[in-house]
Amino acid sequence: MIHRFKNNGYNIVLDVNSGSVHSVDELAYDAIGLKENHSTEETVKALSDRYDRDEILEVCSEIDELAEGGELYTEDTYKVPVGAFTASHKPVVKALCLHIAHDCNLACRYCFASEGEYHGERALMSFEVGKAALDYLVANSGSRHNLEVDFFGGEPLLNFDVVKQLVEYGRSIENEHDKRFRFTLTTNGVKLDDDIMEFANKEMANLVLSIDGRKEVHDHMRPFRGGQGSYDMILPKFKKAAESRNQTDYYVRGTYTHFNKDFSNDVLHLADQGFEQISVEPVVALPTEEYALKEEDLPQLFEEYDRLAAEMLKRNSEGRGFNFFHFMIDLEGGPCVYKRLSGCGSGTEYLAVTPWGDLYPCHQFVGNEEFLMGNVFDGITRQDIRDEFAACNVYSKPGCQDCFAKFYCSGGCAANSYNFTKDVNGAYEIGCELQKKRVECAIMLKVAEENIHQ
Amino acid sequence: MKHIKTLKTRKLQNTVKKGGCGECQTSCQSACKTSCTVGNQSCENR
Repeated sequence: MIHRFKNNGYNIVLDVNSGSVHSVDELAYDAIGLKENHSTEETVKALSDRYDRDEILEVCSEIDELAEGGELYTEDTYKVPVGAFTASHKPVVKALCLHIAHDCNLACRYCFASEGEYHGERALMSFEVGKAALDYLVANSGSRHNLEVDFFGGEPLLNFDVVKQLVEYGRSIENEHDKRFRFTLTTNGVKLDDDIMEFANKEMANLVLSIDGRKEVHDHMRPFRGGQGSYDMILPKFKKAAESRNQTDYYVRGTYTHFNKDFSNDVLHLADQGFEQISVEPVVALPTEEYALKEEDLPQLFEEYDRLAAEMLKRNSEGRGFNFFHFMIDLEGGPCVYKRLSGCGSGTEYLAVTPWGDLYPCHQFVGNEEFLMGNVFDGITRQDIRDEFAACNVYSKPGCQDCFAKFYCSGGCAANSYNFTKDVNGAYEIGCELQKKRVECAIMLKVAEENIHQ
Repeated sequence: MKHIKTLKTRKLQNTVKKGGCGECQTSCQSACKTSCTVGNQSCENR
């Protein structure tokens, strides 16, 4: 299976099942498309009105060489080993999303947590619940050394004392259990101050700073409860935080909606403010919401991604480059097929913990009682939910079978699938289309970098 | 090759035997929280 596409003047061929990426001329682009299902003779015949016969034969020989080397037309042979691997490995928990505060000091219009409350009551996690969560993680993590704990909300800084206590507790049990916690913190910045930054720089492997981009865009979607915008209050603090982390191990993280389909301007705005680690992502919302992205928005959104990728190349060549999370791709050191096919691990490796200790498959399922799996004191009591998520991989999703991007998104987000199709194995189609576009842009950037290098 | 330039990539078929250690980052834990992206992650066991 191959995927051919043209982007920013490059002809690119992705060999889907090996992950090989080829930058090709026009003749090779046409020939690779034909040779997938035709003989060399047929390919020569089909192209001889446009290209020189010897050139066609030459490119066919290059194609054959790559195919023999497992870099073109590679078959998908992973279904059996992945199935056997899944069946023989008891899943372990390696990451928790701690909902440290179901409360928020902003009233963001698109919040899937309903202004922090997740359709429930306002609540803060106690140290006792958090401690039980860390103990549960350690006890259920098998031989995994690296454990991840995200302080999430709501707004985690509304319960910062407990964050500090839990980090201290986590560090105190690392050696005896031969574990290493990677803590991360997501914040809207309202309560961020120098002391918190200092603590975060010492203890947080990653810091996620929520900001949507241009002031008018941000303030429209991320107001205080009284309606006033939050941009002016948080921007200077985020700049300081980014600098204090030497512009690494953080993201400014925004959401774009139907209201700012020209979102590349928001990404570039953040870059112009000096941020070098940027993630601006599509809102996920049901079509009934006026800010939801619609199918008819897609052509413009694709153009925005193309524009952004081209601008990133330009800025990079001028020595003022930045990272865009969804264009980052690791071709040389990326994950193995097991990871690529099994996805985010929600409901198995990754669980969300509510302020009172309930376990859900991930933060996006919190509040939906159908997915309540157990709690940190008694463990998982709904094994059937865990089994459903454990069986969820690229091969269980009909919509993924012929998709070129399946090894990059690993079947997408189970919560999005469920919310749009009532099936964790369904496909959220707008999300899929955007994901495919981002993968193409990410690969184009790698091809462009390689060409510059040469 | 004259017509085709191949980028350096980690061949996925070569990861079948040695893969699956599970030490890599959980996809949702870095920045996204609303999608699933694994292609940008690095293997922890190379």
